[in-house]
Formats: sequence, C-alpha cells, structure tokens
Amino acid sequence: MASAANDRKDDVQEGFGPVLFYNEVVIDHFMNPRNVGELDEADTDGFGLVGDPFCGDQMKLWIAVQAGRIAKIAFKSFGCPGAIATSSMLTALAEGKTIEEAKSISDDDVVEALGGIPEKKRHCSLLGVRALHAAIDDWERRRDRKEGRP
Amino acid sequence: MIYLDHNATTSIHPRAFEAMVPYLRERWGNPSSPYRFGTEARVAVERARTRIAECVGCKPAELVFCSSGTESDNLALRGVAQALKSKGNHIVTTGIEHPAVLNTCKALEREGYRITYLPVNRDGVVEIEALAASLGAQTILVTVMHANNETGVVQPVEEIAAIPRKRGIVFHTDAVQSAGKLPQRLGELGADLITFSGHKLYGPKGVAALYVRDGTPLAPVTTGGAHEHGLRAGTENVAGIVGFAEAVTLAFESSETEGQRLRALRDRLEREVSSAIRRVKLNGARAPRVPNTSNMSFQGVDGESIVLGLDVRGICVSTGSACSTGDPEPSHVLLAMGLSAREAQGSIRLSLGRETREEDIGLTVQTLVETVERLRRVSSARDEAD
Repeated sequence: MASAANDRKDDVQEGFGPVLFYNEVVIDHFMNPRNVGELDEADTDGFGLVGDPFCGDQMKLWIAVQAGRIAKIAFKSFGCPGAIATSSMLTALAEGKTIEEAKSISDDDVVEALGGIPEKKRHCSLLGVRALHAAIDDWERRRDRKEGRP
Repeated sequence: MIYLDHNATTSIHPRAFEAMVPYLRERWGNPSSPYRFGTEARVAVERARTRIAECVGCKPAELVFCSSGTESDNLALRGVAQALKSKGNHIVTTGIEHPAVLNTCKALEREGYRITYLPVNRDGVVEIEALAASLGAQTILVTVMHANNETGVVQPVEEIAAIPRKRGIVFHTDAVQSAGKLPQRLGELGADLITFSGHKLYGPKGVAALYVRDGTPLAPVTTGGAHEHGLRAGTENVAGIVGFAEAVTLAFESSETEGQRLRALRDRLEREVSSAIRRVKLNGARAPRVPNTSNMSFQGVDGESIVLGLDVRGICVSTGSACSTGDPEPSHVLLAMGLSAREAQGSIRLSLGRETREEDIGLTVQTLVETVERLRRVSSARDEAD
C-alpha cells in the first residue's frame, strides 16, 4: 500500500489537504532503523537528550569517540515516523565521521540523504541534529574535565 | 488489504452504486427543468427523500440534502445563528465535537457569538449537569454530537435534548458516526436538527442531509435558487441522493444484525490486544459505544508510527480523525477525557465494517503486537513508562 501511494507522490501537491507520503528510503529507515539502542556507560563518551516542544517527540543519543572520530553511535526515539527515520539517517551519516565533520551535518543533509520528507515533517530532522550536538557538547565537557581544563 | 478505518469512509454498497448508474448515464436531467426529462430526475430525488424519511422517522419535507456532513453541520450552526441573531448570541457545544462543528463554532466566536464548550468525563461522556447550568437567556442553540468519531462513545442525546427543549432552545446533533450503526431511528432522538452523511454508511461521497424539524428557525448559508425549500441552493446531486437513499435503507435494515456481528469482532480485538500487549489503555470502553469503533493508547509509542507500521503491512487504521493527519497536536477528544498528551499521542483508532472478517482480527492483533514491540525497542520513552 505504502509503495503504491509512493508511486503517486508526484501527482499530489501538498497544501490541498493532509498528505503524508513517505518515500521508500524513509520507510526503510522507519521499519529498520540503523544504530538503535544504547551504549554502555563504559563505552559512552557523550550523551544527548533532546525533546521537540512542537510535537512531543524525544530523542536520546549516545556516542563513543576514538581518535577524534565517532566510532560508535546509538539512539532511541519516541516519535512519529519522521522522527524515527531522520534519527536513524542522522546516525548513519555521523558514524565514522570526525567530530568536526559530524558537527557540520545539518537538518537539510539528513532530509537530502533520505530523498525528501513530507513538508510537515521537516522539523523532525532537527531533532537528531540537536541530539548529536548535545552529545558532542557532552563529550567536549567530559574531555575538558578529564584534562583538567576549566 | 485489511481496512479498519470505516469511521473515515466506507466502500460504496454495490446496490447503492447500481441505483446511481442510470442517473449518471441516461437520466441526467435537471430536477428543476420544466419538461418530462427533468421530472424524471425530480421524481428520483423525491422518492429518495421519502425513503430516507421513512428510515429516519420524519416527514420527507423535513430533509435538506447537501454535499457533506461538514456542510450539514455548517447549515445547522450558521443557519440557526443567523436566524436567531436578534434573540441571542450564545451557543453551547462540547469539547469533543468533530472539527466540522468545533471549527464552525470557533468561526462564529470570531463573529461575536459566545460559545460554551461542555466538558466530558473520563469515559468521554458529556457532563449533563454542566449543560443545564450553561443555558441562559441569550442561548440560541445547543449542539452535541451523537457518537464520537474517534472513540465511538455515544452521548445520551435523548436526555440531553430534553434540557434545551424545555426552555425552547434549538438542539442539533451530528449523527454522522451513529446513523446506520445503531438500530435507533434518528427521529426519536428528540433533536430539532440532525446531521448524517452518505459515505459513512456505504453510500457515495458528496451527499449528506440535515433533518430540520418543522418550524425550526433556520436561515440558508448557500443562497441561490429555491432548491431544498430555499435552505440549500444548488442543483441536486441526483445520482448521489439516489445512492444515499439506497445506502440508508440497507444500513437501517441491517443495523441490528450487523451491529451484533461487529460488536463481537470489536470486543474480541480489544480482548486479544489487551492480553497480548502490556501498557494498553482502551479509551471510552466503559461508556456505551457504537459497535464498530475501538480507540487504544499504547504507552511509549507514537500513534502515527503505529499507523505507518501497519500500513506497510497492509492494514489501514488511523490516529483519530482523518482530517487531522499530519497534525502534531494530540487528539482534542482524548485530552478532553483527561488523557495526558503522551497517552493521546500514542493512540490509534480501529473502526470495523462490512468488509471485516473474523480472520482479519487475528491478523491485525498479530501485526499490532509486532509493530508495537518493534517501536518500543526504538522508543526512548520506554524506560520512563515502565
């Protein structure tokens, strides 16, 4: 059903009624999200928890950093298909990246990697980006503390 | 495909479809035309009106055809507001109405009318005591829905209608979700105005009616020709009205037996879901309900995600009203019943119908179990909910 609806996406313009067409990539990331789970306390170098005040969605994100790169990443999301799919894609994009590269991933990058997302769900893509930034901030704080920096 | 969203719309009954075809193919005349070709169409419209009146238990002249339940609600609310403008500016409704009523009330509010939104209890039933207390000298209309579209909860409309009637206040009920689902004749509800629609009871889309009790003050909203006693201008949707009449007749004939069949399936669905999945809440289940509707909240997961998860597996359900698809606001109906925003966000509506078979229930339960379990493994809210 969903794929049949997807084939007709181009025939439907948003703005004339409620339209929620998710493409195959989004549905794949929703049905089989990448990097779902939690990292052990011992593995965790950074943790972020963010909520979306607009729709009540929530995301938790864990990172393990080795040699300045994101070696492991894991997430859990409470939310709509848009929140789950964008969270999943964000972790897929961030995995293996340097901290600087990961910091530069934008919500537009996530949406583009998914091949587009319904307009009403665009705000969901910010959730993952914010969670990643929160986890990186946390990693920086922990590192500074360890190295005795203020 | 397993279609469990009959409160959104229904398939057209083959007999309703067949009845319409001649009026689309050969007898396409205008019922208002002065020659026999037009009269043929007029006869069809008036026969349809008489058949529906018999099912409803009213006079044919008390039925106004229009294009949708939403238009019928608009005619009722705006029509009374306009007709009684000099008498008062206060309208009483509930917090759980369909957007067709709720947003029309909000529009009237912006035009200077004062609206009271009555609360409901935890079971989704309107607080009747609050109704009597809300009525004043300025009150011109009370509108309370019959069955709620999201929960299926049936309001005690006869009891409610008696309160404004005693004070000579006009009473409207939106019976879109109960018409054809309950054996009760709509005319016996005690309402002055009743809205019901074709496509919710296996008729075509684009046709509905407003029952207007003789003598009810009502001004037209759509002006033009003298169609429908001057209350709704516009050439009649002849084929639609013919199909509507056929569907209404069939629905009222079978409402008792079909209701029993659906109630058994719905109750089985709820029993099996409750025993297979932890942390499920059945919303409105303690109140009287139409037999086909179930509304459930699953803690720690989002309703829209369940809907898509089931859709991918070929099962159609919804998060509430089809009109609010993609709306991040949790259901106003469930919030009014005292559910938290999180609980409301995790709710879905399953509405059974003519196509629903015994084996669909087992498959739906199985798929629902898998979907909710999968989403709970992804969910960050899980630990908090435990």
